[in-house]
Amino acid sequence: MNRNQGPAAYWLLALFFSLFVVFMYGPMLVIVVLSFQGPGGGLTFPLQGLSLHWFYQLAEGLGVVDISAALRRSLGLGLAVMLFTVAFSVLAGLAFRKKLVGGNALFFVVVASLIMPSIIVSLGIGLEFRLLDIGIKKGLELLGLQGTLDNYGTSLGLFTSALGAHLTWTLPFGLLIMFAVFNRFNPAYEEAARDLGASPWQGFRYVVLPLIAPAVVGIGMFGFTLSWDEIARTSQAIGYVNTLPLELQGLTTTVTSPAIYALGTVTTLVSVVVITLAIGLSKMLARWKKT
Amino acid sequence: MSSSVTASLPVSLPPPGRSLSAWWQAAPLSVVFFLFFLIPLLLILMVSFWDFNEYELLPDFTIKNYISIFNGCSNTDELCVTFKTYLSTFKFSFLVWLITLIVGFTVSYFLAFHVPSRSMQTLLFVLCTIPFWTSNVIRMIAWVPLLGRNGLVNQGLMGVGWVDQPVEWFLFSDFSVVLAFVHLYTMFMIVPIFNSMMRIDRSLLEAASDSGATAWQTLWNVIVPLCRTGIIIGSIFVITIVMGDFVTIGVMGGQMIASIGKIIQVQTSYLQFPLAAANAVILLALVLMIIWALTRLVDIRKEL
Repeated sequence: MNRNQGPAAYWLLALFFSLFVVFMYGPMLVIVVLSFQGPGGGLTFPLQGLSLHWFYQLAEGLGVVDISAALRRSLGLGLAVMLFTVAFSVLAGLAFRKKLVGGNALFFVVVASLIMPSIIVSLGIGLEFRLLDIGIKKGLELLGLQGTLDNYGTSLGLFTSALGAHLTWTLPFGLLIMFAVFNRFNPAYEEAARDLGASPWQGFRYVVLPLIAPAVVGIGMFGFTLSWDEIARTSQAIGYVNTLPLELQGLTTTVTSPAIYALGTVTTLVSVVVITLAIGLSKMLARWKKT
Repeated sequence: MSSSVTASLPVSLPPPGRSLSAWWQAAPLSVVFFLFFLIPLLLILMVSFWDFNEYELLPDFTIKNYISIFNGCSNTDELCVTFKTYLSTFKFSFLVWLITLIVGFTVSYFLAFHVPSRSMQTLLFVLCTIPFWTSNVIRMIAWVPLLGRNGLVNQGLMGVGWVDQPVEWFLFSDFSVVLAFVHLYTMFMIVPIFNSMMRIDRSLLEAASDSGATAWQTLWNVIVPLCRTGIIIGSIFVITIVMGDFVTIGVMGGQMIASIGKIIQVQTSYLQFPLAAANAVILLALVLMIIWALTRLVDIRKEL
């Protein structure tokens, strides 16, 4: 506390903070409320009755867009990104604690990926896979595999280029969290385990992992939620299918009914459930660690 | 991993091949960034010198993509499209940077120095960061029922009688673009600045006030310089995001406002990859220059 600042400063700052929170959450709440309108409802207030009408509309699909297929794709991709982010970040975090040749260069690349404008990363990956397509087609032609060539579409896809694009965005967060964790980590526990005859794997599995578990859950949450909402890096790197946020972005110009708010409510609900689960789980793990 | 035989021995030295195992552990992450970051960047640089026609890319070494971007820019009477777009993007970057810095700093300052208990600090901090984990597009659309022609704000203004007809420039305008950026990315300022503030030794503040510094003097001469790293990191985040943006400017500008990111996106959709790549190279060079300047700012002040 700054003792030499009067109560006036405190209340002004508190007011500013409250307004900021309203600014953050207010618009969000408005569309959640508007998504529960009756069938006669429009894009703005006043509210026209209360119903789940627009959620049923959503389930039937909006125009040509198959929402549930996009939802399944985004869920699948989000889970894959989460698993890879957790595994690769934890492994690399462990590596950085030891003497790692080229560690500085690797860290520089990771940070560069974090602050690189997403459109550039996306364009690069899209380009990479299109050049790969050209190469594969040439190869098939040379080999005389006409049948395979005719059926060949593209190497761009959800679990190839899009997965890679998402990882360039989620892994930096994962690695930075691991750094924050290991900066505060007391190596004495591990040394004790080693002195007691634990193998490196046992030391990791029974000593390090339980201690860092809450942070690992956090990395998983970052991995999923960042992937779930990602647009910019996916946009040029996905090929013919679309993820949910990309469909949503397209719908902003065509759909003029509260169905789009219903979609907003659904995707936000998924994010909120994941965040709540993650916070709950990491709290539980932290408490369990203490006992 | 060493075998179970070594594990049963009293280990005093680090197991052999430690740096080798570190290398293996870092390998998956390194491979991802090699395949999906470094190679794509090199390809962008390479293809920016290629030629193209309607059907395919033609490997070449030509600077005509770069020339066509600055086509007509030697005309001093009127700015060319490219320069106009860059100016507009710079304008957004500057406005958003200034506003997120002021708002982010104030929010962090309140959290770090005016919230008494640690658990309350954490709770309020998490409250500020949760929106970051929800969809950006949804958070943009959320402004429509508020700012639209028949939106809440206009209804309110007309109800009070301040305006006779709905204000049009609330939505799909420069105003709504800046508002959405601030809404989406102030978090990127709050986190690093709050982090810097929490590392400040509280006895320094007491020393300042004991020496007779006013609250403002303490803020300006002690807290701000000590938050410099956080401010620079936040600034880098916000500026690079706005410089490369095409989604927010697209949605909140009603697809009517140009930006560098948007040019690249449109050219990609027309499969004009060499042109898009040349634009990306220029954007990247600009962003690197800004980051370089910002990091110099840190170093210089450290030396003083």
